[in-house]
Amino acid sequence: MDVINVSHLCKQFGPLNAVTDLSFTVQEADVYGFLGQNGAGKSTTIRMLLTLIRPSGGEIELFGMNLRTHRAEILRQVGAVIERPDLYKYLSAYENLRLFAKMSGLQVNRTQLMDQLEMVGLATRAASKVKTYSQGMKQRLGIAIALIHNPQLVILDEPVNGLDPQGIADMRNLIMHLSRHLKKTVMVSSHLLNEMEQIATRMLIIDKGKKIVEGSVSELFDPAKTIVEVETTSIAAASEKIKQSNWASHLQPANGSRLVFQLHKNELAQLNKALVEMNIEVTGFTAGNSLEKYFLSLTGTNQHVAAFTN
Amino acid sequence: MWQLLQIELYKIFRKPRTYISFGAIAAMVVIVQVALKFDGQSYIEFILGSLKDSLDIPFASILNGYFVCFVILNLLLIHIPLLIALVAGDEIAGEANMGTLRLLVSKPVSRTQLMLAKFTATVIYTGLLLAWMAFLSLALSIVLFGTNDLIVARSNALEIINRNDIMWRYLAAFAYATVALTTVASLAFLLSVFADNSIGPIVSTISIVIIFTILSELQIPLYDRTVKPYLFTSHMLGWKGFFYLKTDAEGISIPGTIENLPAVLKSMGILLSYIFLFTGSAIVVFKRKDILS
Amino acid sequence: MKRILILSFVVTAFFCKAHAQAAALLVQQVKAKLDKVNDYEATGEMKTNVSFMKVPAAQVKVYFKKPGKIKIKNEKGISLVPKGTVSISLNNLLGERFQALDGGADMVNGIAVKVVKLLPLDENGEVVLSKLYIDEKNLLILKAKTTTRESGTNELEMSYGKFAAYALPDKIIFSFNTQDYKLPKGVTFDYDDGSQKKKDTATKESQRGKIEIAYSAYIINKGISDEVFK
Repeated sequence: MDVINVSHLCKQFGPLNAVTDLSFTVQEADVYGFLGQNGAGKSTTIRMLLTLIRPSGGEIELFGMNLRTHRAEILRQVGAVIERPDLYKYLSAYENLRLFAKMSGLQVNRTQLMDQLEMVGLATRAASKVKTYSQGMKQRLGIAIALIHNPQLVILDEPVNGLDPQGIADMRNLIMHLSRHLKKTVMVSSHLLNEMEQIATRMLIIDKGKKIVEGSVSELFDPAKTIVEVETTSIAAASEKIKQSNWASHLQPANGSRLVFQLHKNELAQLNKALVEMNIEVTGFTAGNSLEKYFLSLTGTNQHVAAFTN
Repeated sequence: MWQLLQIELYKIFRKPRTYISFGAIAAMVVIVQVALKFDGQSYIEFILGSLKDSLDIPFASILNGYFVCFVILNLLLIHIPLLIALVAGDEIAGEANMGTLRLLVSKPVSRTQLMLAKFTATVIYTGLLLAWMAFLSLALSIVLFGTNDLIVARSNALEIINRNDIMWRYLAAFAYATVALTTVASLAFLLSVFADNSIGPIVSTISIVIIFTILSELQIPLYDRTVKPYLFTSHMLGWKGFFYLKTDAEGISIPGTIENLPAVLKSMGILLSYIFLFTGSAIVVFKRKDILS
Repeated sequence: MKRILILSFVVTAFFCKAHAQAAALLVQQVKAKLDKVNDYEATGEMKTNVSFMKVPAAQVKVYFKKPGKIKIKNEKGISLVPKGTVSISLNNLLGERFQALDGGADMVNGIAVKVVKLLPLDENGEVVLSKLYIDEKNLLILKAKTTTRESGTNELEMSYGKFAAYALPDKIIFSFNTQDYKLPKGVTFDYDDGSQKKKDTATKESQRGKIEIAYSAYIINKGISDEVFK
């Protein structure tokens, strides 16, 4: 079953098209990675899923129900952490959790609330005011609040922002636990691509509010494939030659002054030979594979700071 | 809805800022009571000074709990709107500033219900603040100064009200004042929807109340005809109407009466209309608002 | 002709003197009746009708002690009584030395009265002129108009009933001049119900006030401490 089904979603803020004709689906038990640059439209999309923002166009269905007409019913099944979780600083963790549990329509007792805090490692600080919490502790409390009503869908918007390496590892383990053991559907947006690489089962990459690519990680990001970046003296001329050759289908959008190819690792030598035969003056040739490289190759962004090379 | 209301009341009364209002009122009331206890005669001479030469003035009798309460209300009901705006202006803008608004709105509760719960909580806070003020200004004044007839000084008349005819007037006045201050609360509530920081709505509300009060009090025929009847501040003083009595053909005031009850009720109706307008607008705007905080 | 004129003049002067003597005698008789009362404590209901005051009827006590002490007290509430209430007591009016002049006859509330003008012999006193309307038959003053230096003209109207034997009225109406009363609206913050402007016009037109006391009981000549009048 599709837990989330978004079709032709749009959002305009005045003259700015924040999201344009976006369609995607999230299936049951997915860990769905939602990737994009800053300002790509991820948070806007997530806020539309949570009815914080009203779409300019398109339809959103969750659990097979239209979000516009079944809002309350749907949101009872959704837990979310939106950007950094801000809570009531003058209340304790326990009080915050109890308050939001009541807002979700739950009647919870002390034991249930303490168990939830125990799950995120905050039981010993339950009575402390949130204003005394570190960012990581607030993040964990946000997770506890998102999960208190046992939702089927968990949406995490930048959940590892501000966390230390231990915090990031804990978050990764939590997401996997939610998905694999508790069978929840998790949608995660994140900048930490190496983290997403480890946990996501399907992903969507958007750029400037538009979908770039969607699919299972294994389909989109084949570890057997590699990303090759070729530096030349004249990228325009080289690009023209490549487009007229058999290698055109492997050519990705250029990355600044570099040609980018995606191909199988065993084709590396052939590419090298072909470049020489086409009289393309190669000044640099790097091959490697990672989600980061894949992501950057798709979004085609110029590096703001030149890569540091020894 | 009851659950939501409980949550909103819980949030208001757990915030330290809420108690500033109660403390401020206590301080203001006690300051006035101490001043009148030590030098009430000077104040009465100021009010009745022009009559000192022609009338025997029983200063000791005039300075009683009912009189002191009236003086306090006269002075403070202009300043109380700030304390109301402090909480009402924070209802939405404060949540946006804290970042909790997005959590609230993503819960399975309709925005209308959320707004109604928040506004109702604000009204309850306003009522409690008035009750606190009533207790201090009336009950405490009676304990300190005793009771007697009440002299009400109008700009061109003096009303004397029998002591047995006063208490119900104060109850009505406090009820009216609650409606008047709820009008201010609803304005601050509306302005709170447009801001991500509560300072803006609070300052804006106070500025509007001050400007409208000046327009209401200025004796300029242009404003009297055009603007004044429609300003809510012109009707906020309607509580005083409960202390203006009818007179018979001989000019003797009739106990138990109100000089112009229809006017007082009309003013209250106007205030209620403003409450409905401001709150309704706040709900409509909030329902369509994109939560970006 | 000359003799007739002289004769007329002599007869007129004789009659004037006779009338003046008659007026003085009448006043003495009234005073003698009033002098039977050394002091009294009266209970009554006071109604105040002053243009700028809205006052309910009040239960008051009026204390009098010879020769001229008088005090109106509202023991259960507040009453603003005009200064110069000394004029409210007839006993005070007739307390000073004066010259009585015949003022003719008149009618007060359907009762024939003798009008007597009293000119105080003390030229520096507060009272300039008093005019008494006296019921000759019962030796009761039904009306008194007093012109004073400071407070203008006051008027006292009396009606009698069960206490007539002591010349103590059942009801008095005391009319007097009042000053204007105004406070800035910025001090009072009046509630404007839209009808104020009519009242302002009315206020300016009448600057007279009236106090009406209906006595229900007198305690006469039982002794009153001077403390009461402080």
